[in-house]
Amino acid sequence: MTDQTPTSAQRAEALQGMGCKRKRVEDIRFVQGKGNYVDDLKLPGMLYGDFTRSPHAHARIKKIDIAKAAAVPGVVAVLTAETLKTVNLAWMPTLAGDVQMVLADGKVLFQNQEVAFVIAEDRYIAADAADLVEVEYEALPVNVDPLKAMAPDAPVIRDDIKDKAEGAHGERKHYNHVFNWQAGDKAATDAAFAKAEVKIKELIVYPRVHPCPLETCQCVASFDKVKGELTLWGTFQAPHVIRTVGALISKIPEHKIHVIAPDIGGGFGNKVGAYSGYICAIVASIVTGRPVKWTEDRIENLSTTAFARDFHMDMEIASTKDGKVTALRCYTIADHGAFDACANASKWPAGLFSIITGSYDFPSAHVSVDGVYTNKAPGGVAYRCSFRVTEAAYCIERAMDIMAQKLGMDPAEFRMKNLIRREQFPYTSAMGWQYDSGDYHTAMTKAMESVNYKKLREEQKAKQAAFKRGETRELMGIGVAFFTEIVGAGPSRNCDILGIAMFDSAEIRIHPTGTGICRLGTKSQGQGHETTYAQIIATELGLAADNIIVEEGNTDTAPYGLGTYGSRSTPVSGAATAMACRKIKAKAQMIAAYMLEVHDDDLEWDVDRFRVKGNPERFKTMTELAWAAYHEVPPGMEPGLEAVNYYDPPNFTFPFGAYICVVDVDVDTGMTKIRRFYALDDCGTRINPMIIEGQVHGGLTEAFGIAMGQEIHYDPEGNVTTASFLDYFLPTAVETPKWETDWTTTPSPHHPIGAKGVGESPNVGGVPCFSNAVNDAFKFLGSTHIQMPHDHWRTWAAAETLGLHH
Amino acid sequence: MSKLQVSMTVNGKTIEALVEPRTLLIHFLREQLNLTGPHIGCDTSHCGACTVDLDGKSVKSCTMFAVQANGADIRTIEGMASADGTLHALQEGFREMHGLQCGFCTPGMIMRAYRLLQENKSPTEDEIRFGIAGNLCRCTGYQNIVKAIQYAAAKINGVPFREAAE
Repeated sequence: MTDQTPTSAQRAEALQGMGCKRKRVEDIRFVQGKGNYVDDLKLPGMLYGDFTRSPHAHARIKKIDIAKAAAVPGVVAVLTAETLKTVNLAWMPTLAGDVQMVLADGKVLFQNQEVAFVIAEDRYIAADAADLVEVEYEALPVNVDPLKAMAPDAPVIRDDIKDKAEGAHGERKHYNHVFNWQAGDKAATDAAFAKAEVKIKELIVYPRVHPCPLETCQCVASFDKVKGELTLWGTFQAPHVIRTVGALISKIPEHKIHVIAPDIGGGFGNKVGAYSGYICAIVASIVTGRPVKWTEDRIENLSTTAFARDFHMDMEIASTKDGKVTALRCYTIADHGAFDACANASKWPAGLFSIITGSYDFPSAHVSVDGVYTNKAPGGVAYRCSFRVTEAAYCIERAMDIMAQKLGMDPAEFRMKNLIRREQFPYTSAMGWQYDSGDYHTAMTKAMESVNYKKLREEQKAKQAAFKRGETRELMGIGVAFFTEIVGAGPSRNCDILGIAMFDSAEIRIHPTGTGICRLGTKSQGQGHETTYAQIIATELGLAADNIIVEEGNTDTAPYGLGTYGSRSTPVSGAATAMACRKIKAKAQMIAAYMLEVHDDDLEWDVDRFRVKGNPERFKTMTELAWAAYHEVPPGMEPGLEAVNYYDPPNFTFPFGAYICVVDVDVDTGMTKIRRFYALDDCGTRINPMIIEGQVHGGLTEAFGIAMGQEIHYDPEGNVTTASFLDYFLPTAVETPKWETDWTTTPSPHHPIGAKGVGESPNVGGVPCFSNAVNDAFKFLGSTHIQMPHDHWRTWAAAETLGLHH
Repeated sequence: MSKLQVSMTVNGKTIEALVEPRTLLIHFLREQLNLTGPHIGCDTSHCGACTVDLDGKSVKSCTMFAVQANGADIRTIEGMASADGTLHALQEGFREMHGLQCGFCTPGMIMRAYRLLQENKSPTEDEIRFGIAGNLCRCTGYQNIVKAIQYAAAKINGVPFREAAE
């Protein structure tokens, strides 16, 4: 007789738990066009709102005349700052401790700023009428250059705070100054530079870019006057934060605000903040008593809601002659636009930028960041990265290449010499961060061997010789990047938003038949949370992933959480999920012991069941225990099987990776071709390798866009010249390179399942890798640093500057 | 604004409706017919999220007035699965190959791929990449979309699908 009892391994496989390439549950609806996005929502009597926007980047408003707009048949109301003042909502607080105009109050500070909000029976009428709002402007001098913002004669951007000596983050040294923020040991760093053997200094600019999810920002607000309750559907990466902010500024009690984030068509940081459109839709619904929908068009999205980067970094590093780094110093000007609406943990005006020492063992380091106001749109979100980590990673990775060049060392060899060694973990950086775990040399070695790095360098040398002999007009560049991220914000001792600690949460309820639901404070925008959180539960509780529904985005049912951005879902809510499971499992163990008439300690866990030690035939499966939890719990025990966990992480997690890129550059056209891109990521424990690979592909493609062509550009008059897909580069399938992915696994020692998060790694590591590759191609001709983006024109111009066309 | 009578076939059903002359086809489909599968991503015909199949061509429905579709035969993502709920080979391929993440570009991408496979039963990888260049995706990096389309082509052609070696 054959034993048909499934083995532990077979039972584990059937659960579809952690480590398996589980197909995504959300795809069933998405591939059939049955997703439920905000713009799909249609409520009875719903009105549509649209903005009148400023054509000027800086102008005083002399007069607003809404008569013609209001007279259009189908227009229900027109809001201006004056109307909003009657409900004290002409201005709103930002997440960064500043205030921001909801509708232009007295003047406009950036092009396309919201001036009036027209509410009409359909979106066409609203758009027609928005064009008929007559605004008389008096143009003011414009500044869009952050490096000139603190000049003595710079235009005053913010009349409302021009005389304030203190901002949300301390002393202000100029009327266009937002804050100064510093980290590290200045004296020790200066001393190390004073005796440095070799130094480099370079102004490294990370241009203004935009996260640009395919779905723009939008909402539907519905105020019920009888109940005094507001329901707000919207594209919110952080629905609970929106509810709390909404309560604080609208004075509607928080329990009477219902925020719902349905399916979201990509976020990448763009959908973290609170925008004028949300406030205006809410006010419009209160005023009209009808639901009001607001949807951005693409131009509005690119030119007004939440840009990213715009960091101008004066970077220096010091090294010994034989290539050991000794110090790092960076002075940065951060362009925040007209209002400081940066999305950071409140105490960190420059985010986690002090991760700038990267993956290297710097004995001393110091950074100083000055935020400034300009006539550009507000924002400063983390576009597929943890707060300002991308800027830091780009800066250190470019600087390491520049130093290697000065030392005459190979950039990979120089990195190997300075990478933090495995035995140094947990490693405390000169900036005070405690890196949880890492095995950098293994990752770097694996990357170099996988691409046959030595051979690539030999080929490059031969091509350079051929170029010098005039036999080819093509250059070959090899980009190397080794990055370390700091994600999973975060520990309450470091991180809060408006005073709310950045914990996150999971609530799991197991039903009598052994199925269940898990609700979380995070919110997927394509990351596949409905699939992956269920895998964590499957492994932790021994219930099949298919039997668990994951629900996010409804603030009435989900436990409080700070949302999804900064790769925080897995490090924080993933941990909360595991911890909630462990509470449930502990209770199940007591029930099992009672049913099997043994002591708790006599039981052991086996995949999906508790069994009696030494007698594996006697067991109770988790499904049986779920049933028992509702009808035969031990005397004195509460019935039911559910748990909630609010997880305050003890530390951040530090994912890392080694990337190598090979690019061919045509010096006569500036055309570049990415021949090869290899990405090795270490995100600790891997929950779903298929989803990880997808995240890496997508992040690399966004990195490719940023490095090779994206820029939100302003002309000197403050006109945004890149506000549609005609001008703002998004890679298509044709330009996008093929990706090679690889991994090592170094679990986080402080995370319950050892996972670190991965979604943003490829953007953080990808951008410097592409940029290093293009720079590497020109290096042998004496070039040290070419600014991003490396589009064809700029690459051609770099060749021109080097005299390669003569 | 006065309305015009239009008649068209959408997902096999005859539709009679009154529309304003300026109503875009995408708004007609989404708001009058409640077919919310096709999405709006850019308003300028670049992103392809609104792609539908119209009289044997891929059409960006944000670029066309509903009245221009008078008499047309239109298929949207909602018309791809069989009546019994069986997914089309492309829908299956996108799920099997992880060809989507946020799902916003997916309906347009699948409709474009549907026409591509009508025109070219066994496209090469380069032909697929060129064939979907009018549809933008911000999440996947396209690599798995290419595989999804190859998977569907193999299934439709009745040949085994082999993932290209990485």
